[in-house]
Order: sequence, then structure tokens, then C-alpha cells
Amino acid sequence: MAVRGRVVISEIFCKGCELCVSACPQQVLEIAADRLTTKGFHPARLKAEGCTGCAICALVCPEAAITVYREVLARPAPAAA
Amino acid sequence: MAATEQLVYERPHSLSETPNSYCPGCTHGVAHHLIAEVLDEMNLRERTIGVAPVGCSVFAYNYFNMDFAEAAHGRAPAMATGLKRLQPGRIVFTYQGDGDLASIGMGEIVHAAGRGELITVIFINNANYGMTGGQMAPTTLPGQKTTSSPYGRDVETAGYPIRMAELLATLEGAAYVVRRSLHDPKNIRLAKKALRTAFEAQVRGLGFSMVELLSTCPTNWGLTPLEALTWLEQNMLPAFPLGDYKVAPSLASARP
Amino acid sequence: MPRELLKGNEAMAEAAIRVGLEAYFGYPITPQTEILEWMSRRMPELGRVFVQAESELGAVNMVYGAACTGARVMSSSSSPGVSLMMEGLSYIAGTELPVVLIDIMRGGPGLGNIAPSQGDYNQMVHGGGHGDYHPIVLAPATVQEAVDLTVEAFDLAEKYRNLVFVVADGNVGQIMEPAELPAMREVKRATPEWALTGAEGRERRFLSSIYIDPVYEEVTNKRLQERWLEIQKNEVRFREYYLDDADLVVVGFGTAGRIALSAVRAARAEGIRAGLMRPVALSPYPYTAIDELATRASAFLVVEMNAGQMLEDVQRAVAGRVPVDFYGRMGGMVPFPDEILDEIRRVAREPRMQADPRVEWLKRLEKVLPH
Repeated sequence: MAVRGRVVISEIFCKGCELCVSACPQQVLEIAADRLTTKGFHPARLKAEGCTGCAICALVCPEAAITVYREVLARPAPAAA
Repeated sequence: MAATEQLVYERPHSLSETPNSYCPGCTHGVAHHLIAEVLDEMNLRERTIGVAPVGCSVFAYNYFNMDFAEAAHGRAPAMATGLKRLQPGRIVFTYQGDGDLASIGMGEIVHAAGRGELITVIFINNANYGMTGGQMAPTTLPGQKTTSSPYGRDVETAGYPIRMAELLATLEGAAYVVRRSLHDPKNIRLAKKALRTAFEAQVRGLGFSMVELLSTCPTNWGLTPLEALTWLEQNMLPAFPLGDYKVAPSLASARP
Repeated sequence: MPRELLKGNEAMAEAAIRVGLEAYFGYPITPQTEILEWMSRRMPELGRVFVQAESELGAVNMVYGAACTGARVMSSSSSPGVSLMMEGLSYIAGTELPVVLIDIMRGGPGLGNIAPSQGDYNQMVHGGGHGDYHPIVLAPATVQEAVDLTVEAFDLAEKYRNLVFVVADGNVGQIMEPAELPAMREVKRATPEWALTGAEGRERRFLSSIYIDPVYEEVTNKRLQERWLEIQKNEVRFREYYLDDADLVVVGFGTAGRIALSAVRAARAEGIRAGLMRPVALSPYPYTAIDELATRASAFLVVEMNAGQMLEDVQRAVAGRVPVDFYGRMGGMVPFPDEILDEIRRVAREPRMQADPRVEWLKRLEKVLPH
């Protein structure tokens, strides 16, 4: 089962440079052509399911605009010895 | 099995909350967040003083969340020398571009490295002078057109680009001099490791450290941010080979 | 402290060390290299910072960085090296940092020579670096004065967050005279609220001379100008000799002033009512004192080891009320007392109003030069 991740892209910082869109291995990011940030950029956003929380987008983002989350499966507590 | 969400990455504390004024897609910003992550991970933020250059990153002091000084063009290594010699327990780094470090500041950088100043230098090489509109730099490639080499850099009259990592590596005072690139995720990760090692060299008092980072300049290269990454890979890597040019033996064995 | 036979350069260096100098950055240049060499031996001995920089350009920028920490720091150089430092000095002024610089002046312009001169007056007093800023400029004439003014320089620099220059001709740097050094003080690193020490447990700070928004640049400039007004009110310094009843006022600083004193004494012995006004601070300049003298003297004679730089400040203060004449030696030449005595006799005999006394002076100089 694929790891599930989530990114939050801050519109205070995002300049719509597309570096994250191109770098995303799952290709689940897009530039929002229908929206503008207050600075006049088209921001990036998730376009589909499939983010794995790999954080490659955050790595390549020049603005450090992306916060990345990943679901981790909690293991059951170990049985008493 | 239950699933909980874990934070994998957030904006480093060593960056301020001020949006930077670099062009969209410019890898200055990548260098900034890598430095900030390293300083966070090494818990150095409160002990660090940065020295900003003149160039696109002239306002770097607005983007980092730590004490900062603004140097005259090219003089950051000398200013850093003054700051570090008076406060040996602090961490001092400079952040410089092609003109600042390799042109007007050539004297200062060579001698800071020669003296083995315990400072860390981050050198952003994007083969032109960005802030002033894209003029030829000491790192401009042969044949590369810039606003002050409109026919392309002519090696007959303007000479060949200067390879700073190789040059400074010849000096005994240099403990760690490497070149990395910011054009793709793998190289960005390697760049971060190099930055970490460079700051370790300073923390351990091993000598002068410099990480040269090949970077893009989409605006002045006349390319989109993504095209610029490709241009870097195809044109700059052959001219400025990535590698470790000087690694002090004690550093090689002391990986974090 | 006992008086010792001291060389000017070394006395100034040791004086700075005695009052808590923490870092010296410099470069060799004649005739002040003894300062660098003294520091290279003493500073490491005391566990303090010494760096011979790659150039004067490197040195002034190291001073700039070091001054950001709040410590007492200085450099020294001579005329061509000081020219090289002008960029850095403007930056230091724009960042409002306390810094002391010693300039031991030599013949120029250009490479010139290594003989004493006062050719840097305009550069130091009226600004060699770009922009509106005013350093305090102190001009010793003896080794003791050089010691005392170097000590004061650090206090003034910190009091006003200002540049302070100690400007001496090569003579003062090179001569050996008895002088008393201050007792050794413990180094007390001040940590002013602007110092860059690492943002531990506090908000981050930055020090810069950039004010990209002209609105704030003007605010900064206004602050610098108001500071300058205060300095002008408080820091005028000069020495007066035989001025109570003087009819002819000789004005000279540094070695020129010192030699002129001998001439003034000789003139008095001949019955000429001459006196000497010797500015000790060149900036702020004693305009008010000279203005007052202009109400009761018949003439002024400015004596300098340059082509008439302080002359213009005297002319400004006198404002055309009485004649201001001039005698200068240039290029490293030092006047003898009897040259100045001849000039005093000439001016006392027939003082003349001249728009530019240098015209006639050059003709007189013709006779003294080799052919």
C-alpha cells in the first residue's frame, strides 16, 4: 500500500516557478492557472491523489514554501515479554 | 492499524518569515533554505553571524533569522575575518556571488583562505552578474552572451572563466573546498551534505571552508526556471566539474 | 607613569594597547610601519587580535567587521593606503560604528615619497569617502600629544559612534621624544545594544549601511548631521600661544604648527607681535576662535606642509575682514623656522588682501626650489 502524504503550499511565499511541479515523482502538483496569490503569481497546488510525502518538492522549492506531511502506520504495542 | 500524520518537512527556523525577492525559480532560495536547515540541525542559529555581499543577495540579512552584517562589494571575507577573530566561539559565514567573490573580491577571498580563516563561504556561481542586469562575470562561459559580452565571451580578449574551487584548494589554509550544484534533487541533497561538512569544518576549527554552488539565473539567461536547470546541467557542469577539491584528512574521517 | 624616550609610531600603538585595544588590522606602508610591527609583537603577547591584511582595503574591511562586535579596534596607514581605505571608511560611517584610524601623512599625490607632509588634510577633514559624514580629526604635534590624542580617540569614537582619525605628518610618527604612556587598563569588552554577537536569547540584529528606501536614508543622514552639530559644539580643541595681544596670527597644525612656534618666539624677540593658533582638532575646526581673532588681529599667516588646504578653512572663518597670507612646503619638504620667520616679517611689514595668497606664494617659492 503506498504511503500517503500531503503538502501545504504557502501562498505568501510561492512564486509559481514550477520547479516542484517538474520535480514531483508522482506528478501530482500543478500550477493553478485560475488563481493568483496577492503578489500576482499563479501558485502551485496538489492536483490529484498520490502524494507520498517524499518532500522532493520542498527540497527543490526556492521559497521554502512547502510543508510536507506523511502518514505513518502506528505499530501495535509489543506484546509483554 | 491506525495511521497518524507526521511532519516530514517545514520551513527552517533559521529562515525569517520575510519572503525573498529573488526571481521565481532562482536557486538562491534553494541555497538559503539548505543553509538554514543545516544551521537548524547543528543548533547553531543563535551563535551564527552571516555576512551579506553586494549582488542579488544583498538583502540576505532580511531572509535569515540571525545576526547579520552587510559588507562592501567583495569585502565579505575580510569583514568575516574581523568578526571571527574577535569572537572565535561564534560561527561566521559569508554568502557571495560571482562578482563579489571572483572579481572585485578576489584579493579578499584568496587571502582569507590562505590565512586559513575559520569561516565558511558559500559561493553562488551562476555565470553572470545577476543584480546589475546580467553582465559578464569571471565565471561566464566562452561564447556565452551577456549584456557586456553581446557577441559572446571572446577568450582572446576576455580570457577564460575562473574556477574558484580549484584555485582555492591549492592553499594550505583551506580545509574543505568543494563544488556542488542545485539543478536537481540528487545534487541538492549532495549540496546540503557539503554545507553541513563545511560548517563542521568551522566548528572543529579545521580551517577555511567553501562550498561553490552552481546555480541558475533564469531571468538573465533568458530562460524559464525549468529550462535554466537544463542549461546549467548541459553547459556549466562540463566547465565547472563537481567534486571535492580539498578535504582535510581529519574531516574525511569525521563524517557526522 | 615614568616618561620614556619613545618613537611616535610606537607610542601611539602602545597607547592604544594600554586603553584596551582588542584588535589591530593593518598593512605595511612607510612611514607608519612601526605601528604594524609593534602591534604584531604586542597584540599576540597579550592574547589580542592582530592580522596583517592582504592590503589596506582588506584591513579596513576587517576593521569594519571587527567593529560590529563592539570591541575597540583600529587600523593605521599612510596617505596612499588611506586613499585605499576610503570606501571602507564611508561604509563604517554609514553603519555608525566607532573606529579609530591613524594616518601618518607622506608626500604625494600618487605614490609620492616617504617624507612628511600634511597633504591629506582635505581627504581626512572634508571627506575622502562618498556621502555626507564627518569624522573627528585630531592632529598631534608631539609624541606626548600623539599618545594623549590616541587615548582620547577611542573614547570619542565610542561616545559618538563615529570615526575618529589621528592625523600626523611623518615627522610625528618617526621622531623620538620623552613621553608618558597611560597605565595598562584591563580590556573591558563593551557590548552595545547594536553589537553582532549571535542572536542568543534575543531578537536578531543586523548592521548595514544600506537604506534602500530614500525616506529612511534621509532619516539616517539627518541623524548623522545632528550628531555632527553636537560634535562641533563639544569637541573643538586648539592651543594658543602669545595670542592675547597678537597682531599677526600664525595658524598651523602638527609639525608645521610646532615649527611655526619657534618662528613666532623669534619674531617676538624682534618686537613683532606675532602669536600662534594651533588647531589640535582639525574636525571640528575652531572657526569660532579664528573668527574672534579676526576682530582684533591685522593679518593671518597660514603655514602648512601642503599647497594650502587648511588655508581655506581659515579664509572661511576670517571672511575677508583682514588679509590671510600663506606659506607652504610640499611633497615632503619640511619648513625651517627661519623660513617662517621671514614670512612673518614680510606679512608684518606689509599685509595685503589677496583673493588667493597662493599665487604670490608660488612665486616666492620659486626662489627656494632648485633650478
